[in-house]
Amino acid sequence: MNTHAAAPAVALQQVRFAYRAGQDVVNIDNLTIGRGETVFLHGPSGSGKTTLLGLLAGVLQANAGAVRILGENLTPLASGARDAFRAQHLGYVFQQFNLIPYLSVRDNILLPVRLDAERRAKLKGVDPIAAADALAAELDIAGAIHSPVTELSVGQQQRVAVARALIGAPEVVICDEPTSALDSDRRQRFLELLFASCHKAGATLVFVSHDLSLQSLFSRTVSLPDINTASAVSAPEN
Amino acid sequence: MGIIFNLAMQSLRSRRFTSALTMASIALSVTLLVGIEHVRSGVRESFAGTIRGVDLIVGARGGSLQVLLSTVFGIGASSTGVSMETFERWSAHPAVGWTIPYALGDSHRGYRVIGTTAEFYERYRYREDGRVSFAQGAASAADDEVVLGAEVAERLGYTMGSPIVVTHGLQGGGISDHEGNPFHVVGVLARTFTPIDRAIYVTLGGIEAMHEDFAAMPMATPPPAIGTPPAMPGYEPPPGTPSMPGAEPPPAMPGYEPPAGTPTMPGAEPPASTPPQSDAATGEAGHEGHDHAPEQISAFFVGTKNRFEALQLQREMNTDFTEPLTAIIPGVALGELWQNISSAEVGLRIVALFAVAIGLTGMLVALYSSLDARRREMAILRAVGAGPRTIVSLLVLESALLAFVGCVIGVVVVYALLVFGQGAIEARSGVHLAIRALGATEWKYLALVLGAGTLVGFVPAIKAYRTSLTDGLSPRA
Repeated sequence: MNTHAAAPAVALQQVRFAYRAGQDVVNIDNLTIGRGETVFLHGPSGSGKTTLLGLLAGVLQANAGAVRILGENLTPLASGARDAFRAQHLGYVFQQFNLIPYLSVRDNILLPVRLDAERRAKLKGVDPIAAADALAAELDIAGAIHSPVTELSVGQQQRVAVARALIGAPEVVICDEPTSALDSDRRQRFLELLFASCHKAGATLVFVSHDLSLQSLFSRTVSLPDINTASAVSAPEN
Repeated sequence: MGIIFNLAMQSLRSRRFTSALTMASIALSVTLLVGIEHVRSGVRESFAGTIRGVDLIVGARGGSLQVLLSTVFGIGASSTGVSMETFERWSAHPAVGWTIPYALGDSHRGYRVIGTTAEFYERYRYREDGRVSFAQGAASAADDEVVLGAEVAERLGYTMGSPIVVTHGLQGGGISDHEGNPFHVVGVLARTFTPIDRAIYVTLGGIEAMHEDFAAMPMATPPPAIGTPPAMPGYEPPPGTPSMPGAEPPPAMPGYEPPAGTPTMPGAEPPASTPPQSDAATGEAGHEGHDHAPEQISAFFVGTKNRFEALQLQREMNTDFTEPLTAIIPGVALGELWQNISSAEVGLRIVALFAVAIGLTGMLVALYSSLDARRREMAILRAVGAGPRTIVSLLVLESALLAFVGCVIGVVVVYALLVFGQGAIEARSGVHLAIRALGATEWKYLALVLGAGTLVGFVPAIKAYRTSLTDGLSPRA
């Protein structure tokens, strides 16, 4: 992948996406996120948040326009190439149920580097298990490293998900309302750990939430309804 | 691929109960399939190996099946016999290496009594190169000595020296026991797992001794005197000529061909015109010597000097008019018989294949119904960069693993059943199921189950692939 060190982390231009023809869910003229930024992306339900994240992650393919991640335009890529790009350069944290239930905490964290050789190469010779354990320590879940994931609290599970998103130093980390299942105390603590880890890894953070109380913690806030001019702003899944 | 294998293993382990049930259903169907094949080939093998080393079996003119069944399997009896003369004449044939006479006598508690000679113990073979060997004792030499098949000795609890009383007819019971002719056991044969185990062997004279009571009966065939040289084909002895050793017409010459145009009609045979006074002579001799034989035997086995001559010899015997005979090649006749009874095995196979189909359908149901619960798992895999191909291979690998372990368990069960059930099967059916490596057919079946199991895995896999495409990173589950 010919990513460019100088290119912004995310650059969207004239991006349009529709699940059904004629019903655009995403129509964004321009969105640029610089390297190392922590961006708070907010919007009400049905404003196309999840769809936008799908486009950023390369799971969905734009109908038109350029979705550039680290300078690489995902739009013309085949799905296999987009999958490979995601494996190599992105970390992703879901709202909840982030973990594969039959794997241990450590195996969950190790999943990206085990599935993708290029992601493993980004560990730069560090033993994957050592890397996973270091991240677990950083995120305060070292004690649970061998536990079955079903024994973890929701907060712990979300931190395991962050560790998994960060292993192998991806350039961009996308979080889809990762705090919505946490109470406010834990939300605070979780975000501190997330920021610290992203900063340490040098990752750009794209954080989606409808909880505006969090926005002050981020370097920039983007309101999705402001930039998304799609007519049918009601994604079918919401 | 290593990670996908690990994922598949751990995923299956996490659903151990369903996985175990699925594997069990596949294992059971594999047990059925491989077990049936094992039994089938075991039966076939022990069937085909019932007789070896014998090139021709010769009996009175009749169906080849009848000859085979009555001699090799001890089922039924030929209505007529082969005269001793004919037997001796063919024994002297230049192509014949050796002959074993087979005289079906009466029965003893349901077991057949067979009169034969020492050649039988020497020459008869079964299975690969199984020789008839003695567990105890030796071949019977005197006419009141019997040798028991292994099963006879075991079932009847006879040991060396046990006295034996023979009855007429094959039904057990003692309505007409020959109380006057007690035999005793001088040998017990080692187990062969062939009908040999279920027979009692005596000398030809022993058979005759049993028949002495009948000697005066009108229906008894007039016996030719012992030592009578085999009649030459076409040769008619002058009526009333007593058979005297040394004063005989020359024995049939090897290669001697009867003059063309003088075919002997069956029923116009020399023994028919033999005067009855020889009866008494034979009866007398019976009490004195060991070398007296019955006038008729049921059949005889032939070993040729050169196996390539067997076909020629068979044709010669079948077209000989002196005494109409049926000569069969055991292997050929066994093959024909097997053809007749093997249609049942096709039915068994179909049943077994259906069982496999049911097992695989069970697996399909189990995997398919787990998919909905696994949508989240698929989304996570997609998020960390797994392509649809990875997801397809994960699910296909899971079903392949289930099928594989099912196959392994199934085969293990087959062997366990063989190890523990071998004795019981043998005791019940007389079929010896060898514990042997898997044969080509069994491997083919296992490959079929594994292949079908893997293919079945594509059904949920493709469903999961489609779901993961529409779900993307946001499954609704």
